Amino acid sequence: MSGGIIVPRRRLIAGAGGLVAAMPLLSACDAINEAPLTRKILSMGEEMHMASQRALMDRDALAREFTRADLSPVFRSNGTKLPPGAAYAAHAARGFADWRVAVTGLVTKPLSLSMADIRAMPQRTQITRHDCVEGWSAIGEWTGVQLSRVLAAAGLKDRARYIVFRCADRIGDALYYESCDLVDALHPQTILAWALNRELLPIANGAPLRLRIERQLGYKHAKYLTGIEAVESLDHIGAGKGGFWEDRVDYEWYAGI
Amino acid sequence: MGNMAEAEAPTAPPAAAETPPPATPARVYRHRLPVRLWHWVNAVTLLILLMSGLMIFNAHPRLYWGDYGANADHAWLAIAAQGDTGYLRIGETRIETTGLLGRWTDGEGVVRKLAFPGWATIPTSYDLASGRRWHLLFAWVLAIGLTLYMAWTAFGGHLKKDLHVRRSEWAPHHIWQDIKDHARLRFPRGEAAARYGILQKLSYIGVIFILLPLMIFTGLAMSPGMNAAWPWLVEVFGGRQSARSIHFIAAWALVAFFVVHIVMVLLAGPVNELRSMITGWFRLPPEKAE
Repeated sequence: MSGGIIVPRRRLIAGAGGLVAAMPLLSACDAINEAPLTRKILSMGEEMHMASQRALMDRDALAREFTRADLSPVFRSNGTKLPPGAAYAAHAARGFADWRVAVTGLVTKPLSLSMADIRAMPQRTQITRHDCVEGWSAIGEWTGVQLSRVLAAAGLKDRARYIVFRCADRIGDALYYESCDLVDALHPQTILAWALNRELLPIANGAPLRLRIERQLGYKHAKYLTGIEAVESLDHIGAGKGGFWEDRVDYEWYAGI
Repeated sequence: MGNMAEAEAPTAPPAAAETPPPATPARVYRHRLPVRLWHWVNAVTLLILLMSGLMIFNAHPRLYWGDYGANADHAWLAIAAQGDTGYLRIGETRIETTGLLGRWTDGEGVVRKLAFPGWATIPTSYDLASGRRWHLLFAWVLAIGLTLYMAWTAFGGHLKKDLHVRRSEWAPHHIWQDIKDHARLRFPRGEAAARYGILQKLSYIGVIFILLPLMIFTGLAMSPGMNAAWPWLVEVFGGRQSARSIHFIAAWALVAFFVVHIVMVLLAGPVNELRSMITGWFRLPPEKAE
């Protein structure tokens, strides 16, 4: 199961097999799992987790920062390991010299940042633990610009409540995307990272630029960033649940647990 | 688990030495409502937590010690498949588990190479997102229920009256006697059957005050949000991957408790035991006629 991640939820299983007697029960369980009311009730857990965690933690409470002695010998990659398409390949071949990250939406001054622009801004380096929703963890050293600085440069409008992250990796029919609210967007450890373990970000880990959002699980850490968009609501982004996997398999939007 | 109240036994009339023992055995009100309620809510909750937990484990069926751990790191426990063989590896010991763990056939006859089989997980086919939603919602039911129950246990007299281990009960010969009685399947009769034995007390105390809180706190220690809120919590367990390993071990300790619990209920008289956990009333097994 090492590489087998995030398989979209299969539709209701049916039929009988070895466990003939138990099968109707199992199918019934799956039918319960799929029912709209169940999904509604189940999502209460997410709301309770978000509310309680936000109440328990300071707005700027930091994720633990480790030392270089704690680094994982190998930092595992996951999800997209190489974005498909000629355009990305061409960027990679040129060392991402022409890569641009657009800062748009509810900002007073939209930006189009090159990697050089991003590296010219004040940088933050942090050694943190990356926790995948699957259960594994890896510790890596990240360097990049704080998202709060980029948003300050663009001038966030008062109506902005969420930040949407647009990505270059296409999975199946759609481009990956993620989002967070302003508490996490403006958190001091939320950075746009271009270096992992003091080297340029490898392609498997999201070159040339990825998000680090240290108090949430790995799927929130959008890779291959092409755009940062400030919005008032997530309703009209993708299918409205705030992220690629949130839309498709009903992952929690708040991934603090 | 319960509480002894007054026996509703028909008492023998005075000066009736020759009267035979009463035909109907004595009934006692053994389990108060909070005990019964919590028992059944917990039974359902723990089953859901276990099965959805096994689904979550299936997403990465490897366990580590320390802060980090991923595929390139050494796992002290792994469930996997190699060719046609499913296996469980603990340390250097490899146990073949084809058909049950690592490689099994689902209800439609499709071979799956996942750790735990579909009949043991919620939902039955691989769905980490749903598994997590079930697990993380019912974790609230467990935590809130346990907190209320602990408060009731402490302040409602249950702890003092039923669970408190008296000094005499700590005596090694007393504990040994209870072990021997259990091994010989000799269970207390009469009045004594309404009270907990020392092994019973220790198991209930262990589950309520050690295992269940351990499940909740190791669970919270895996949360990156909680790690920022309460950084000490994950340190107590020696890192996130250690917390995950302890969570897994404690879950199986609860399964072991469940198995012993069911065996004991069956041996002690399932109808009587079940009734007492539903209605509260327990029929005292009559004293053996010597």
